[in-house]
Amino acid sequence: MSTQAVPVARAHPATVSERLVNFVSRSPVHLVLIAIAVIWLIPSVGLLVTSFRNRPDIASSGWWETLSNFNFTLDNYENVLSNQNMGSSFLNSLMISIPATLFPLLIGAAAAYAFSWIRFPFRDTIFLGIVALMVIPVQMTLVPVLRMFRDLGNWTTGKEDLITGSFVGIWIAHTTFALPFAVFLLRNFFITLPRDLIEAARVDGASNLRIFFRVILPLSVPALASFGIFQFLWVWNDLLMALVFVQEPDDLPLTVRISQVQSTYGVEWHLLSAGAFVLMAVPLAVFFSLQRYFVQGLLAGSVK
Amino acid sequence: MSTAPGTVVGGATPRSRRAEFMARGGWQGLMFSLPAIILLVVFMVYPVLWTIRLSLDTGRGLRFREFVGLDNFERLLTNDRRFLDLSGFPPDGALVNNIKWIVLYTSLCLILGLLMAVLATRVRYESMIKAIIFVPMAIAATAVAIIWKFVYSPDPDIGVLNAAIQGFGGDPISWLGRESTVNYAIIFAYVWASAGFAMVVLSAALKGISQEVIEAARTDGATEWDIFRRIQFPLLSLPISVVTVWLVINVIKVFDIIYVMTAGGPNGASQVIAYTMYDQTFQGSKGGYGAAIAVIMLIMMIPIMAFNIKRFRSEAVVQ
Repeated sequence: MSTQAVPVARAHPATVSERLVNFVSRSPVHLVLIAIAVIWLIPSVGLLVTSFRNRPDIASSGWWETLSNFNFTLDNYENVLSNQNMGSSFLNSLMISIPATLFPLLIGAAAAYAFSWIRFPFRDTIFLGIVALMVIPVQMTLVPVLRMFRDLGNWTTGKEDLITGSFVGIWIAHTTFALPFAVFLLRNFFITLPRDLIEAARVDGASNLRIFFRVILPLSVPALASFGIFQFLWVWNDLLMALVFVQEPDDLPLTVRISQVQSTYGVEWHLLSAGAFVLMAVPLAVFFSLQRYFVQGLLAGSVK
Repeated sequence: MSTAPGTVVGGATPRSRRAEFMARGGWQGLMFSLPAIILLVVFMVYPVLWTIRLSLDTGRGLRFREFVGLDNFERLLTNDRRFLDLSGFPPDGALVNNIKWIVLYTSLCLILGLLMAVLATRVRYESMIKAIIFVPMAIAATAVAIIWKFVYSPDPDIGVLNAAIQGFGGDPISWLGRESTVNYAIIFAYVWASAGFAMVVLSAALKGISQEVIEAARTDGATEWDIFRRIQFPLLSLPISVVTVWLVINVIKVFDIIYVMTAGGPNGASQVIAYTMYDQTFQGSKGGYGAAIAVIMLIMMIPIMAFNIKRFRSEAVVQ
């Protein structure tokens, strides 16, 4: 609508010289933008190039000098994936992240449905209470939850690491921490769904369970996807909770493993660079394939 | 979110109230929300109370040992130079570092985000620029830490920053090894990771401003700077507050990047509250002391979250 008001010449300069004048008059803008983009790219490009260089090369010359003689190698990736157990850590990260995304998604959506479409006493009070829990920093619960996991293991089987020695502990921790935000986000979406549709389903005799699975969830795919992506990346990228709640060395996710590689071997850039890109591979894939949902989830997540 | 009329009608007798509860599907409401409520009560509300109690205890070995009242808080705020050192100028300690973080990180992210949001809309390669700035948002702070540790490497054959300094004839600087530079170096790395968030939010807000208003101002002879200063900037105040709140919350909780980049060093110079909490609790086994730090974090979060929820309630009313 407003584009029609814009003079055509402004959007599409007619002649080459006009275009050139236009470009030059804007050159400060281009310079600033390109400078910032270069600053933003150099760090990751440098590490990416390094991850394909062999160890002696990395030590003897900077990555920016490789343009002349670049001995491309995949050894570092092979090394970290097999010798440094990052292959299995990659699977551990998935084993932690996928359930820790699905559980809060389902439990949070069910609660959000109750808070938006079923009337029951103290409903709005409970909802506000849950929203208020978003204020709690994870540090407020690390120790007692760890104690509870240990006591529960001792009490049931006599094994202290029953829960922290498996993925169950970190699933519970991440699920609980995601719930206030999940309930908040999904409830705000569910109340915007058309009332007539849900009332009509009720009149037809559909149970709440049926309405939830057949009406609410299918209509809420964008909101569910936004939250799901946000939560998946949150868990995948998390270091702190994994440090505390994953205590079996074979179960460690990538974030913890990389910080261990660093403290064990000192700063070995051929390992760290490849390891960092193994860690980044999944978030980058998610980002480039689901950018729209990713940005939405992130914007919605700005309250967390 | 006031109670909708008729949600809980004050029934005359308990019996009619219960009948009404059943009729309104009260049990079903509880059934749907119960899994969430149970998890939150057991693994969040109860632990929070437990941690508050622990903050009043020595908490050795992460158990209740000996009640010490507010001793932990007193020691933290008056007698722990690592946490808060007001004896010298400038003041020092983890809490002061967090304040440095809040001021520098928040303002740098906002300035860079705003600059890029405003400039990027004026060029054709807007989406490419935005993707480049925004991508670091997706990756783990652990990876950000590795990427920047590499940039800051004191060896000019490895770290590009020191290579550049050497190229200009300077001496390499150990950015992460010196107490005077370490905080700024980490803060900038984290700005690199988060400025894209500010840019995306502010850019979305800028796009929402009517083009007709801007065109009308242009025809009236307003310069580009006038347009930014008088039209765009005032309309950005709400999104700027949203971003600021998000950034400040992020700073209070910042942990991963410091754990991986410096582990709080050198000599504890880059410790922040979240790092000190982890260190005291899990490395020092001083549960009570760590719990007191966690409580201080919570106290810092409350006003910010109250503001946030208030804002969302007002938005919900608009809906």
